[in-house]
Amino acid sequence: MGVNPQIAGKTYTGSPVYEVGREKIREFAQAIRSTDPVHTDPEAARALGYPDVVAPPTFAIVIAQRCEGLVMTDPEAGIDYSRLVHGEQKFTHHRPIVAGDRLTSVAHVDDARMMAGNGRVVTRIEITDAAGEPVATAVSMVIIRAEEQA
Amino acid sequence: MSVKFDQVSVGDELAAADVTVTRADLIRYAGASGDFNVIHWNERVATSVGLPGVIAHGMYTMALGGRYVSDWAGDAGAVVQYGVRFTNPVPVPDDDNGATVTYSGKVTATDEVARTVTVTLTVLSGGQKVLGKAIAVVRLP
Repeated sequence: MGVNPQIAGKTYTGSPVYEVGREKIREFAQAIRSTDPVHTDPEAARALGYPDVVAPPTFAIVIAQRCEGLVMTDPEAGIDYSRLVHGEQKFTHHRPIVAGDRLTSVAHVDDARMMAGNGRVVTRIEITDAAGEPVATAVSMVIIRAEEQA
Repeated sequence: MSVKFDQVSVGDELAAADVTVTRADLIRYAGASGDFNVIHWNERVATSVGLPGVIAHGMYTMALGGRYVSDWAGDAGAVVQYGVRFTNPVPVPDDDNGATVTYSGKVTATDEVARTVTVTLTVLSGGQKVLGKAIAVVRLP
């Protein structure tokens, strides 16, 4: 139950390359009801100096959560996904994500411990582009609630 | 329209904005983000796990805060850092009015060298703070 603290320090590669598409950025921007043309109009994005449409500031979660899934479903972690609560999320953008990016993600478990019966896991996803340059770092903290608190 | 670094000072306040969140918004966000956790669309499951009802994705309220800051900055690519703590869920009733989430923000730091400003957000719904430690760092021209 909770989480196996032994996974602290573990690294997970193998998340498939994520290809950022214009229509996916448009769909995400519409879902957050953004009307900023930088998300939908390549010309507007180029006018601001970007090579193509720019993803909204939290779009990286789409890529990060796929990679984080490798941690959450690792049999060694022993995590019951249905008891998982998102506690904290932080993004650092080394550069904006734009349409056309081919992004690779690696998950690092920065912390995994039991606290008062609950599991607590801090995962850091490092997202890099096709040239290997850093694009974004997404850090999440999740709590795996103890049974008796259900 | 874009805010310039030299126009911003610590203590400046961003105009508050009310955002309505309905069930339809949650469905749309689920599809766009790929987060299909049932507590964000299924009342039966949500109440069975002790929630007051269907709740908004924490990442949705965070995303709306990101939009709030980037709309102010005038450039969505300018948000270089953004972090939150999820402190309280936002229950979204099954009606046409949905829930109202209120975003406000204050400039709490500036960095002359990096030409970045730090905006600390206050995000409330139903009288409760739904995001804590909600801080964005924005690079301005």
